[in-house]
Amino acid sequence: MVPKKDVLLRVTDLRIEGYSDEKWTEIVHGVNLTLHKGEVLGLIGESGAGKSTIGLAAMGFARDGCRISGGSIEFDGMELTTTPESDLRALRGSRIAYVAQSAAASFNPAHKIIDQHTEAPIQYRISKRVEAQEDAMQLYERLRLPNPSEIGFRYPHQVSGGQLQRAMTAMAMACRPDLIIFDEPTTALDVTTQIEVLAAIRDIVDQFNTAAIYITHDLAVVAQMADTIKVLLKGEEVEEAPTAQMLDAPKEDYTKSLWAVRSFKRPQKHRPTGADALPIVSVQGIDAAYGKTKVLDDVSFDVYPGMTVAVVGESGSGKSTTARCITGLLPPTKGKILFKGEELPAKYTDRSKDQLRQAQMIYQMADTALNPKIRISDIIGRPAQFYGGLHGAKLKNRVDELLDLIELDPSKFYNRYPPELSGGQKQRVGIARALAADPAFIICDEVTSALDQLVAEGILKLLDRLQQEFNLAYMFITHDLATVRSIADEVVVMQRGKVVEQGPKDEMFTPPHHPYTDLLLSSVPEMDPNWLTTLLEERGTDSIGEAAKV
Amino acid sequence: MSTFVIGYYALLIGASCLAAYYKQRNIFILIFSLTLASFVMGIIGGVPALRFVTTAAGILALAAGTSYAFREFLIIITPEGVAKELRTAPLTASFGMFVIFTYAIAGIFAPVIAPHGEAEVISSAFAPADENMLLGADQLGRDMFSRIIYGARNSVGLALLATMLAFVMGALAGLLAATKGGWFDQFMGRFADVIMSVPSLIFSLLMLSIFGTNLGVIVIVVAIIYAPRVFRLTRAVAGNVVVMDYIEAAKLRGEGTWYLIRKEILPNSTAPLIAEFGLEFCFVFLLIAGLSFLGLGIQPPTADWGSMVRENATLISFGEMTPLIPAAAIALLTVAVNFVVDWMLFRSSGLKEM
Repeated sequence: MVPKKDVLLRVTDLRIEGYSDEKWTEIVHGVNLTLHKGEVLGLIGESGAGKSTIGLAAMGFARDGCRISGGSIEFDGMELTTTPESDLRALRGSRIAYVAQSAAASFNPAHKIIDQHTEAPIQYRISKRVEAQEDAMQLYERLRLPNPSEIGFRYPHQVSGGQLQRAMTAMAMACRPDLIIFDEPTTALDVTTQIEVLAAIRDIVDQFNTAAIYITHDLAVVAQMADTIKVLLKGEEVEEAPTAQMLDAPKEDYTKSLWAVRSFKRPQKHRPTGADALPIVSVQGIDAAYGKTKVLDDVSFDVYPGMTVAVVGESGSGKSTTARCITGLLPPTKGKILFKGEELPAKYTDRSKDQLRQAQMIYQMADTALNPKIRISDIIGRPAQFYGGLHGAKLKNRVDELLDLIELDPSKFYNRYPPELSGGQKQRVGIARALAADPAFIICDEVTSALDQLVAEGILKLLDRLQQEFNLAYMFITHDLATVRSIADEVVVMQRGKVVEQGPKDEMFTPPHHPYTDLLLSSVPEMDPNWLTTLLEERGTDSIGEAAKV
Repeated sequence: MSTFVIGYYALLIGASCLAAYYKQRNIFILIFSLTLASFVMGIIGGVPALRFVTTAAGILALAAGTSYAFREFLIIITPEGVAKELRTAPLTASFGMFVIFTYAIAGIFAPVIAPHGEAEVISSAFAPADENMLLGADQLGRDMFSRIIYGARNSVGLALLATMLAFVMGALAGLLAATKGGWFDQFMGRFADVIMSVPSLIFSLLMLSIFGTNLGVIVIVVAIIYAPRVFRLTRAVAGNVVVMDYIEAAKLRGEGTWYLIRKEILPNSTAPLIAEFGLEFCFVFLLIAGLSFLGLGIQPPTADWGSMVRENATLISFGEMTPLIPAAAIALLTVAVNFVVDWMLFRSSGLKEM
């Protein structure tokens, strides 16, 4: 519990409207929020719950097409809704700072990191350039960025994603603000990188006694960071409670359902034994390279009918490249891929229509995987028409059948376009398109990582049901080990283009592990609020600040 | 002080008071600054200056009224989907549409509308306007008004044809280059560079002197000059589309290039292409007018706005504005097309005017 301190931010009955279809609709319906100095508030909820909108409103800011229509936002005795824009601008960056989800998109690629860091302090005349730069280096050191005295003089694309996110946190601290708003700062990062950023954020917030609003959809993450958690649903507050209490005894049904999401687990299947057991896809010692850079090194694994093989690893470990090799987009330089015992031509253009039909793919970003200008019925119907030669009424029946399978009402969705659908619905359409080809093997490339947990769970259940119904084999690429736990039969762990460990799931999740698997497994945030502290102690770097003081 | 001047100021001051009373800040500032400006203009220019302001305001109001009425008319006669889009059109766009519509009517029904034939000599050279000839006669005594009407058909029709040809060639090459990539892309790109590196007027003069100045040659030459620009735009737009996952999905399905272009890429690049069509149309139109002015475009006695400017150019020295009428027709169409294009660009890209 945080002792009662001065109230820094008090939001009462905040209402925000968004402009769409030529009228204003309320999207945040009277949210209250109180934040004391040095306190960290976690805002969680699905996308569309209004988390980011509220976060921005705490700076007195409304996005384009949004307006604050009611309520009050009081920051340190100042009413932000009536403060003129020029005063608000002076406040932002100096007393309230904002850390965005994607540091890569938020840094200006044309300027050096340190120049962007020192811009605010210099502009607000808090310090001179040289002092500001020294301060920046100290912050970099505190956040344990490598080469703190030099890293700032690089351009944003010259440092890694996790480092950039930490540099952004450092930048937010440049003017020693009273309040920082973190908008999903680790969502785009790998679990191993996420830990570094989380530890850095927590440490720096502690040290400077900064208040923070931490926006995320990941409960385990918010459990590490926040003193208090507020759950939002469709622009309304569901409940608010201190972290420990919220985790142990959530009151509302919605909160309980959020907590229960990670509990989905299906029974693990085992490889068929016997001489006639033939893997549907067998990857045998493939190497692959982009230009001269070798990205895959001797990758081998088998996928049996009706089973799910999860391929896990950090970004850059070669998971997606393996998928590209199997689909034939990137011909491997060595090794071969067998499909039902027959070797597949390396390039997809050399494969027969039937070979192409049998292996389908579901993409991570449903937004870019569905053509926005084609009707749902045509997106799903095209594979059926292309491979099956269906026409007219038969084709329509098939599309209706597929829409039923993915639990979307055909009468409603038949004639709609992808942009009119929600993220989960789009992903379902992506699944239907793969199913329409009547495949035996489907590659699922991070299919749930762009979705909210509740929606993702729905997708996983759907995939599981379809697998049982059609005896499909899945190659499931993911970096989320919770997903692996719930649906995988076998696990392949990849690092730097190599398979470091593979085997049945139960074996993989019980020690002894390969050191890298161990690192991955231990990096997955758990719902225990003390998890991060314990983990850092175990790893021997209990506090980043202390490490920096040495 | 004449009644006109008193009425003029009374109207302006009354209007600004009303605006202020109803708290219409922008309208008030506009009208009242006009009032203040009129004081200065009235002192310097006298009554004629004020009359000019009145006329200009009247014409502006008339244009705005026409545009508004025309938009409402279009909303009523078009089906639901189109009508919804039209509601978002600003007045400038509907003004543009109205002008284009008028030109189209004039061009299509030219023989019905024009009182005389385009090559018919009915009067003495440069005869002034009378009830028979609305705009007077040209250098050979042909009716100016009739020739303007026929000119709409010839100049606009030719420009439209050339632009369409340029688009078919450029867009097809651009889409193919983006889809195929590799050496084909390189070859087409460098070929387009070569054409673009030759100044367009010199290139067309050269081609027209080699192949002679008939209409077919003009259309093809102009289309070749403008196709590379379309190619570049299409390739850039399609280049952003071909990297999307849905294209990859279609490729993995085994779809052919033609399907990819037609069904997957083209629907996602139409908006900028339509906007580009409007812009290119203006350039093509001006190039053809320029060629005609130089005597290499549409040949006499066929009426064409570009050559009409040239033929009547001598009249400018005598303070007559006859040669400016075809020039104004060109300018008005260019402006009108750009108004419509601006609106389309705004819609397609979400381009925001601040």
